[in-house]
Amino acid sequence: MSTENRKIDEATGTETTGHEWDGITELDTPMPRWWLIVFYISIVWAIGYWVVYPAWPTFSNTNERGGTIGTSEWTQYKQLSESQAEIVARRAEYQGRFDEASFDEILKSEDLYAFALAGGNSAFKDNCATCHGTGGAGAPGYPNLNDDEWLWGGSVDDIHTTIRYGIRSGNDDGRFSEMPSFAELLSGEEIESIADFVVAKAAKQSPVEAGQQLYLDNCASCHGDNTEGSRDFGAPNLSDAIWLYADDRAAIMRQIKNPKHGIMPAWDHRLSPGTVRQLAIYVHSLGGGE
Amino acid sequence: MADNAAPLKLFEKKERIFPKRVWGKFRQLKWIAMIVLLGIYYLAPFLRWDRGEHAPDQAILIDMSAQRAYFFFIEIWPQEIYYITGILVAAAIGLFMVTSLFGRVWCGYGCPQTVWTDLFVWVERIIQGDRAKRAKLYKASWSLEKLWKLGLTHFIWIIIGLFTGGAWVFYFNDAPTLIEQIIHFDVPMAVLTWIIALTFSTYIMAGFAREQVCTYMCPYARFQSAMFDKSTLIISYDDDRGEKRGKHKKGDSWEGRGHCIDCTACVQVCPMGIDIRDGLQMECIACGLCIDACDDIMEKIDLPKGLIRYDTTENKENRLKGWAERVTLMRPRTFYYGIVLLLVCGAIAYGLTHRSESELHVLHDRNPLFVKLADGEIRNGYDIKVLNKTHEDMTFKLEARGIEGLSIRVQGTGNLSPDALPVFADSIGHFRVFVTAPKQEKVRENIIFTATEVGNTRNGEPVHTRYESTFVSDRK
Repeated sequence: MSTENRKIDEATGTETTGHEWDGITELDTPMPRWWLIVFYISIVWAIGYWVVYPAWPTFSNTNERGGTIGTSEWTQYKQLSESQAEIVARRAEYQGRFDEASFDEILKSEDLYAFALAGGNSAFKDNCATCHGTGGAGAPGYPNLNDDEWLWGGSVDDIHTTIRYGIRSGNDDGRFSEMPSFAELLSGEEIESIADFVVAKAAKQSPVEAGQQLYLDNCASCHGDNTEGSRDFGAPNLSDAIWLYADDRAAIMRQIKNPKHGIMPAWDHRLSPGTVRQLAIYVHSLGGGE
Repeated sequence: MADNAAPLKLFEKKERIFPKRVWGKFRQLKWIAMIVLLGIYYLAPFLRWDRGEHAPDQAILIDMSAQRAYFFFIEIWPQEIYYITGILVAAAIGLFMVTSLFGRVWCGYGCPQTVWTDLFVWVERIIQGDRAKRAKLYKASWSLEKLWKLGLTHFIWIIIGLFTGGAWVFYFNDAPTLIEQIIHFDVPMAVLTWIIALTFSTYIMAGFAREQVCTYMCPYARFQSAMFDKSTLIISYDDDRGEKRGKHKKGDSWEGRGHCIDCTACVQVCPMGIDIRDGLQMECIACGLCIDACDDIMEKIDLPKGLIRYDTTENKENRLKGWAERVTLMRPRTFYYGIVLLLVCGAIAYGLTHRSESELHVLHDRNPLFVKLADGEIRNGYDIKVLNKTHEDMTFKLEARGIEGLSIRVQGTGNLSPDALPVFADSIGHFRVFVTAPKQEKVRENIIFTATEVGNTRNGEPVHTRYESTFVSDRK
């Protein structure tokens, strides 16, 4: 800044900066006092802040962020775990009663039921929604949990077992079944006539004789004499309106020739027992619970 | 610029105003207004109003956590906040009407800024003395006397501020309970924050900002002239009688001069620090203290009172023409304001007297929109809320119409039947409802839900509400 051109401005009595642009000069008005006071207070405040709170990075990696700790020993991690502990403590009142109550008792107790739905809802969105959708409506291959068809049973106990141990999950207590491939066992024509039979049955039309006999010989042991399915094997009902993959003839033939099987993981050791129980009640509440 | 010119003023430095004490009828009116308004402010939260066992018994209460507002027999829920809009509109129109009739009397007598400033000035005067003493003390260098006088003034100001903020929180909490908490220093954080914030806003607004709030911060000062007309009563200096002003000694003749003796009493008492003899000004809050001051002087020098008075521009013109003076209250402007005010108040009154005791709200599930069941039927889920605004438990029968062959089921603990849904007093019943019906031809069909009160033990018609929603079917 040029200092030699500085002069006192006549009109205001304030010094100019010494700069001049086409005869226009700039006043060097001093900072307002209140502003300076606030500025200095901020500096003092900042120094106090360094002392009290974590502030300066250090080369050591001893504490969480590798920096000075501050006299308050406050960290965001600590604050997070404190507030989480607070939630657990607040929840404990219900959690204790919930863990001790049977499903029947929970279904009759208004506050425990609400507690289960709240916890189940949030656990469902975190863990189940990936396959079953946020509303539990499923997708081809992933069952819709809102409807009233259940492959392995729709009571809270059945649902709880399914969630806890899974289906084809590799868990020793998991549910397991496997539809064999009929591509080698039956001819193409035979498979076609079984598919025709199933389509007609689902459409509530009179079934084709030839297909019916083939069905009884090959499929009825699992899917039932009347295509009603069996929960013992997780075998779907073939004559209702709900289809796990698709309801057209080609899709049915594909399944007979080269069956697909979904896998539901076991959640036994991934989620706490309480959360699994909450999930069972939540899924039961979606509308199809038995 | 010439050498002898005064320095250009870029900023107006605040001139501190020390209003002089004054006696008279307007000052008396102001004292009465202050006592009445502060009395209402401090005591109203302690009024009780019996609403039965399910509601608080505080006459005026805004219960934030329970989401209810109570005003004597009026009780509103959050969704009825439009009553507040109505009250604000009515207040604005009422203010316009009063302004067009009497000028800014609200500013002069009723506005909290004026009332608290008046109170603070009173404290200042009791401790530091009247105008001249205060001005002298202000200019004096620091001494023990200045220290204790100023210290005591500011201490009392803060105490008043504390009581102001303290009274405010009573409108949002049960007053007797809160008083007990305050006595035991066991005040909730939110309440404490409000008390501190309002203590300081009172201290700053009434202790320091004072007339600057009215002049610079308040928008009303800026657009008051829109409500003024020739017949509006404004504080007027009668210059026809007062000019030409000048000093006057006892015994001097009044010939050839005006009645204003230039004693500046009107300027000294003005809380806004203006000279009313310059005519109507934006700063004037129409408090009338200059009238009192001038009347006092006029009495002493044996001249008729009213050199400064509430007067209209119309009267001034009429006087010049030699016509009779009159005050016209009924004018097109005031008539229209009155009509609008009546309409708004009527609408509020109608709304309050026809307030529904119940409401039905239906929220259709978004995910999934519908569920296909094993037998091919379609099920839709709804979140249904039934409001019970009365202070008695109610039972509702929920029905759905508009779809052939529908059945309705309530999901929940126990066996909730749609025929008897309990909704507790002053609360919202929240129900998960499933409607099952054969697949409809249209993807979206209208469905109408109704909730009808059953087993009504109160007098009068059973409560009935309805809500139109949608039933979604499979596209295929």
